[in-house]
Amino acid sequence: MPLLELRPAGLYCPPGDFYIDPWKGVDRAIITHGHADHARGGSNSYLCCSDSVAILQTRLGPQASIQGVAYGETVHFSGVNVTLFPAGHIFGAAQVKVESGGYSWVVSGDYKVEPDATCAAFQPVRCHSFVTEATFALPIYRWRPSAEVFSQVNDWWRSNAAEKRASVLYAYSLGKAQRLLSGVDAEIGPIYTHTAVERINEVYRQAGVLLPQTTQALDSDAASYAGSLIVAPPGVEGSTWLRRFGDCSTAIASGWMQVRGQRRRRAVDRGFTLSDHADWPGLLSAIRETGAETIWVTHGSIEPLVRWLNENGWDAKGLATQFTSDEAEAAE
Amino acid sequence: MKHFAELYTALDSTTKTSAKVAAMEAYFRQAPASDAAWATYFLRGEKLRSPFPSRLLRQWAAEAAGIPAWLFAECYESVGDLAETAALLVPEAETESSSLPLTEWVEQRLIPLRKLPEAEQRETILRSWQKLNASERFVWNKLITGGFRVGVSEGLVLRALAAATEVPESVLAHRLSGAWKPTPEAWAALISQETADAAVSQPYPFFLSHPLEGAAEQLGNVADWLVERKWDGIRAQVIRRKGEVHIWSRGGEQITDRFPEVLSEAWRLPNGTVLDGEILGWNDGRVLPFADLQQRIARRKPGKAILAKVPARLMAFDLLEADGVDLRARPLSERRAILETLPVNLSPRLPALTWDDVAALRASSRELGTEGVMLKRLQSPYGVGRQRGDWWKSKIEPYSVDAVLINAQRGHGRRASLYTAYTFGVWDGDKLVPFAKAYSGLTDVEIRAADSFIRRNTVERFGPVCAVTPELVFEIAFEGIQRSPRHKSGIAVRFPRMARWRTDKKAADADTIETVKALLRT
Repeated sequence: MPLLELRPAGLYCPPGDFYIDPWKGVDRAIITHGHADHARGGSNSYLCCSDSVAILQTRLGPQASIQGVAYGETVHFSGVNVTLFPAGHIFGAAQVKVESGGYSWVVSGDYKVEPDATCAAFQPVRCHSFVTEATFALPIYRWRPSAEVFSQVNDWWRSNAAEKRASVLYAYSLGKAQRLLSGVDAEIGPIYTHTAVERINEVYRQAGVLLPQTTQALDSDAASYAGSLIVAPPGVEGSTWLRRFGDCSTAIASGWMQVRGQRRRRAVDRGFTLSDHADWPGLLSAIRETGAETIWVTHGSIEPLVRWLNENGWDAKGLATQFTSDEAEAAE
Repeated sequence: MKHFAELYTALDSTTKTSAKVAAMEAYFRQAPASDAAWATYFLRGEKLRSPFPSRLLRQWAAEAAGIPAWLFAECYESVGDLAETAALLVPEAETESSSLPLTEWVEQRLIPLRKLPEAEQRETILRSWQKLNASERFVWNKLITGGFRVGVSEGLVLRALAAATEVPESVLAHRLSGAWKPTPEAWAALISQETADAAVSQPYPFFLSHPLEGAAEQLGNVADWLVERKWDGIRAQVIRRKGEVHIWSRGGEQITDRFPEVLSEAWRLPNGTVLDGEILGWNDGRVLPFADLQQRIARRKPGKAILAKVPARLMAFDLLEADGVDLRARPLSERRAILETLPVNLSPRLPALTWDDVAALRASSRELGTEGVMLKRLQSPYGVGRQRGDWWKSKIEPYSVDAVLINAQRGHGRRASLYTAYTFGVWDGDKLVPFAKAYSGLTDVEIRAADSFIRRNTVERFGPVCAVTPELVFEIAFEGIQRSPRHKSGIAVRFPRMARWRTDKKAADADTIETVKALLRT
């Protein structure tokens, strides 16, 4: 019996009888993190990192049965040991280590190796086989240090503020928005948020993550937003919700902004390259540090990473999962 | 390079024209003459010939990045732009940015590259990448590959130049038309406040027409209008001054030597004459299809065979200068009256007493090999650029055919990574034979929907091309149709584009090759 296999509902562990991030309702689901394409409803019971419980509860509703475990704590399912380790993706994101009879798998979920003030740092975990994501698995994706990106954001905000204009920054409401909030210079002006972002801010704050003061953008008088920063999910781009800010500059923060064509396709003034996924060097270093020989590659640039790994001594294959990879629009 | 790359970034990161003009103005104000000259040259869309084939740039960039060629190709697929792919892949620079002026980079590095052996070219390029930061590297690669485009119109460049130099836009346009050389001397002449300087060879800026939307009746009294055929050729100015003849295309290219027939006709004109007209392929009293004329465009010195096959002539329709006097401010009726006295092939004035006459003339366009009719206000001066109100073009309805999407390829630039280049097929018995390629016509929403269909329905790949399940039907509009032994379908169409996504039709409802071929006879 294999320790992990791909079934129609998702990645399944036959001896332990559980799924990891299934895309259909199952009996027992282990969830790596709270983004919608990984944490789907309809399962009878959920297990996730204790930091993720509140997020999952908001997403899946109060009726969902969710059990939290701390990073590093091991739970047992009929002889299979399951341990969660920080994935560095967003608050509460975990890699899942599945171990039985001396053989171990690690399922990364989404991850990044760069430090992030709003979540625990990615922890490399030794294993025999590793399931990695591949959202940005091309060497054109090399991130600049986040401090540099935050200072670009600050410069943009500051110059808009000098012209009494509002700055609307699109960022995924769970994770990216909070990372930006913790990174920008709150001295520049007041910060407003969209309801979807503010709801997650509350969850982060209650868990003890330090964020600057934010106010929900409820006022409809454009003058009150002059010089402020507004953080909103990309979904509101082009909607009437934006009218309340009057003359504003818009920007989007996403790993896809690395490519000029992607920047130009979005009708925004600026694109900041900031991702919660690993870049090409990050993926390769994470894979190396696991010491794994077998690599399964999911969602994103699967083929190039699989080919590169196979040409460089790994035994890699692609996995057709239903996770999305469009960071700007779907889950990040 | 620093300032020029910053200018590029500023232009690229805003969609507001006022911000673009302000950025260019600021650049021109601070730039030394030689840099300003080169910047003007590049901003207006002029390019230097690439010193080596682009495959070498791929190879060197892959080498510098330490990746195999296939991975470079994957990256290129995703980015959709060679210069950008190379800029993203090569390792970080040693320096913050380059303080060397743009002129240095172009004149001391780029231009001499052409004469160097390959090994030294490689050396120079690899070294240059280490001296430039990310955005400079991108701009530099764009300059090297001859693919530099900034998305500012000529009009915006002129507006910025005028703001920075206080020389009127029309004077700048005049001085810049033709073969403008980017030298400090040319820059000094460009911004000179002394404005009586039309050089012998220089054409006037072209006046362009606007497409007429809606009924022609809205233009008022038909007697106020000159009605002409809309010829489908190469718009050109013929200049006869001080014992010289020059022919200019609308693209600002001197094409004097390419059309010896037009040249010899022009020698018969009196000195101090400038004609505006359309160069056409002409044989047996009839205009030849544009596709024929196209074979002549690329040939700098046409040979006997092609001269015999596609003889060219200028169909003159306006007179901009006579006896050395600029007539552009005078009404068209006066200009036309003088033009009619000159030894030229005159684009005939069509007889129209009513708007119904105009409609009938327009309807006869296709059988005469023309694109429609032109309506020009008889009282109008000869303007600059595309202005509304005085010159209208009324084109005939395009041909249209319902065809099935059979192949797709990813786009470039703004459409990088999306499948936006499509091949369409029509039925030949029970097979779909490829008949046209089209890239434009869909909305962003439709593009996303088509892209997602293609990803889910790819049945086979040939390199970058995906064959998809033949299911989607599109109405393909096009302007012209011709027999072509080079195409599988036996025909070639001109300006194909997607007019409509026929979600109401199934693949079986698409047109057949017989229907398409029947259009050859209309």
